[in-house]
Amino acid sequence: MTEPLIELRGVSRRYDSGPPALDDVSLTVAPGEALAILGPSGSGKSTLLNLIAGLDKPTGGTVTVGGTRIDTLGEAASARYRRARIGLVFQFFNLLDDLTVFDNVVLPAQLAGAARRETHRRATELLRGLGIDRHARAYPGRLSGGERQRVAVARALMNRPALLLADEPTGALDTASGAEVRRLLTELHADGQTIVLVTHDRTLAAECATRTVHVVDGRITADTVLEPAL
Amino acid sequence: MSALTKVVRSGVQRRWVQTTVITLATAAAVCSGLLGVGLLVASNAPFDHAFAVQHGAHLTVLADRSKTTPAQLTASGDVAGVTETAGPFPVAQVMVRPPAPPGAIGTPLHGPVFTVVGRGAPGDGVDAITVTEGTWATGPGEIVIAAGTGWHIPLHSTLTVGEGQGAPTATVVGVARSVSDTADAWMVPAALAALKPPTTGYQMLYRLTGADSAAQVTAARDAVTQALPAGAVTGSRSWLTVKQEATGRTAVFVPFLLAFGGLSLVLSVLIVGTVIAGAVGSTLRRIGILKSLGFTPAQVVRAYVAQALIPAAIGAGVGVVAGNLLAVPVLARTEQLYGTVALTIAPWVDVAVLLGVLALVAVTATAAAGRAGRLSAIDALAVGRTPSAGRGQFAARIAARLPLPRPVSLGLARPFGAPVRAVAMIVAIAFGAAAVTLAVGLATSLNRVQVTADHSGADLVVDGFAGDPSNPDPGEAGKEPTTADQDAVTAVLDRQPGTAHYYGVTETDAVVAGVSGLNTLSEFTASPAWSGYELVSGRWFTRPGEAVVPTELLRATDRQLGDTLTVTHDGTTSTLRIVGEVFDPGNNDFTVLARAAADARPASWQVGVTDGTDPSAYATAVNADLTALGLTAHVIPSEGPDDLLVIIDALAGLLTLLLVTVAGLGVLNAVVLDVRDRVHDIGIHKALGMTPRQTLTAVLSSVALIGLVGGALGVPAGLVLHGILVPAMGHGAGTELPAVVLSVYHPVQLAVLALGGLALAVAGALLPAGWAASTRTATALRTE
Repeated sequence: MTEPLIELRGVSRRYDSGPPALDDVSLTVAPGEALAILGPSGSGKSTLLNLIAGLDKPTGGTVTVGGTRIDTLGEAASARYRRARIGLVFQFFNLLDDLTVFDNVVLPAQLAGAARRETHRRATELLRGLGIDRHARAYPGRLSGGERQRVAVARALMNRPALLLADEPTGALDTASGAEVRRLLTELHADGQTIVLVTHDRTLAAECATRTVHVVDGRITADTVLEPAL
Repeated sequence: MSALTKVVRSGVQRRWVQTTVITLATAAAVCSGLLGVGLLVASNAPFDHAFAVQHGAHLTVLADRSKTTPAQLTASGDVAGVTETAGPFPVAQVMVRPPAPPGAIGTPLHGPVFTVVGRGAPGDGVDAITVTEGTWATGPGEIVIAAGTGWHIPLHSTLTVGEGQGAPTATVVGVARSVSDTADAWMVPAALAALKPPTTGYQMLYRLTGADSAAQVTAARDAVTQALPAGAVTGSRSWLTVKQEATGRTAVFVPFLLAFGGLSLVLSVLIVGTVIAGAVGSTLRRIGILKSLGFTPAQVVRAYVAQALIPAAIGAGVGVVAGNLLAVPVLARTEQLYGTVALTIAPWVDVAVLLGVLALVAVTATAAAGRAGRLSAIDALAVGRTPSAGRGQFAARIAARLPLPRPVSLGLARPFGAPVRAVAMIVAIAFGAAAVTLAVGLATSLNRVQVTADHSGADLVVDGFAGDPSNPDPGEAGKEPTTADQDAVTAVLDRQPGTAHYYGVTETDAVVAGVSGLNTLSEFTASPAWSGYELVSGRWFTRPGEAVVPTELLRATDRQLGDTLTVTHDGTTSTLRIVGEVFDPGNNDFTVLARAAADARPASWQVGVTDGTDPSAYATAVNADLTALGLTAHVIPSEGPDDLLVIIDALAGLLTLLLVTVAGLGVLNAVVLDVRDRVHDIGIHKALGMTPRQTLTAVLSSVALIGLVGGALGVPAGLVLHGILVPAMGHGAGTELPAVVLSVYHPVQLAVLALGGLALAVAGALLPAGWAASTRTATALRTE
């Protein structure tokens, strides 16, 4: 049996007061899977993604990714973990406005101290592969939403992460751009990329995911394996 | 609670970092401003202040006790124009011999001649003397020394008071100060009768109804003279003369205080202004929200002025307390200089500085909030949310290509994204660097002034005094001090290992043509340059007939280099050509320095030993040979630093510390604002894998360039200030300064000082950088 890439056991996340954002959640994701986490606003989807990304810590349970317990990592180790294993795509792109597209894309590799030549080769390859190489010297503010999200995906893939996490990747896009990003994610999964995405967009889930989980009030209420799209 | 009150309260409480920075910046600004202005005010009329406190004597009269009586002197207080008197007090001019210095054999023959006055108590009437250390003399064996005589005589020393064998001794029990400068020392009246030579006069002190002009004082003196028997008055002194001498000394202080006071005020204004403007500017989005909820522009202005004024008022209160507390030790030092114990920061200065800083806060906050208040709600929201697109992109592009770790290059590009903030930080750091540069230069200059003014570079003196322990007082028998011919002494000194430099010198009383009174001719066997004498211009004498003279003598005789000077001494008149101008401040008589004749027999020799040679061991060794010539080498005890230098050093240190603190707070505030503005970007970086250490590096790098530029601008500014200030202080003291006092900076020292700007910037940024590094990624990403 294949070792799971992600394994959550009895994970809870409570904030100062009120009901838990996540309550005793257990979940495994195998390498190569494309998992869509669905649920209403405030259900705990993004919290779940943040825990897998090492951006947040659970108040109970364990989170293991690639065999590493990440819930016990310190801030520096979490940062190194994200550099090495995780690619992050956000709803509002989170590109750095004062850096060019190229400089945004190479940033994770530069933070990891990668060799300059290899970094440039990889970034050029990604930008070309995602069809945005003509914008390499442009600043993000000049790009369309779809183009910006492509830049964000390129940046997320820069360090060849084992896991791509996407939080509402089409949430801020118009219909055409949304379709463009769906197609991109589908292609990435087809190439073997493990993907966990949080979305309201059922079309996105249907097109890109091989499995969906529904989260309501911090609990997983449904876990469904989807038929491969024809 | 009104909506406005709620907004103000939540703004003050929730933005606690900003609130704290405003409080600290205001406290530091008020504190430094208070010290600067307070000291300026205190130095404005220190003598008048001290004179009023001590109820100083407008007129001091010396009377011959053989020609008048105490009753007649007391009655002289009834003449027109006199309002109050003190005395008569017995007075004597006697030699006071301090204890032998370490290394010397026997008892010194000579010491300063002191005016010793017999007073049973410090008094509380005219010339109420202030005891600054120890106690007043209570018996014949006790003496109180006047502060500021220039002689460092420690408490409990035993002095020989008078000349010859059998002269009485007295223990120093106190140090006191008379602003009227009526004595060098005080003993109880009965003690003066036993002095050798005995007391010959009385001192009488008068307060006058009018003493603002010399004519008024002279008229009063004439009236007193008329009231006493003919010939009874042997001397008199006007308080205007004392004031002139005192203010001449304190005039040194004024340019220094003007510079530091000015620096403190300007930096305080700058920092408070930028802190408040930045605080309001960083809350534009909140202002937008308030306006969208219905706040009027006037309400926005009121809310933000109140939000700034509340912490500023607390800070100003803290600053007033801290400033007054810090002023205590500083003014205590200043009081020693000015001669009083009552100097404090004037209450009106407290009020003026406090209100001034608060007004500045209110004006700056009104201007910044007014601008925000005039924006439409949607614009305020947009400005508050949108980073300044376009700014710094070119710099970021260049930095990304630098062969540096990415966190460093990200940080280096940052100032170009917020240029106004960067310029404010540069100015603050430049002020700090200028202050440190000035303080370092000032301390070095003043220490060099002391060395050169005291000519204290020699380690030992060789003379014929007290050479024979069995006959410690050869002068009593009428003997001349032992001298030896130059060749014999130089042979001994040349032979002695550890000898670095030496010269023989003879000082004689001389009359210099064109100058009244008795002056001094010092004849040297060689140039004394190594022992602390510094030339302002010209060169040292190389042969007999050449002389070097102080600036004051050139002025008094209207001579220039190359002119001749006629000097009469020991019954002979000689013409000396002036070849150099020597720095010799504080020398009340005019000393002419000349080359001695080849066959001269110097009265004493000054010797400097090589590095690593122990002067005491050298003295012991060389005395084995010198004794045969009737000479003895004594180690010259090192004197403590001059009071004036200690005061200026302490003041410079304190004011510099305050300025650096204020500058550091300016950096802290700017970086806090910057980090908060960019917290979302920091979150993105962290999400992409930036470690806390890399975050810290990026934030610190963002101020590195600013620190370097600030240092690079501040150090030359400090140099320029030093170049203006030190000569101005010299002019205040009535002297030109030699190059060694003016050119005090070493290139390496300047480089280190410039790097101090970097250190200041990094120190100021450490706290917010640490905060940025420790901020949780998810929290940062959620922050708008």
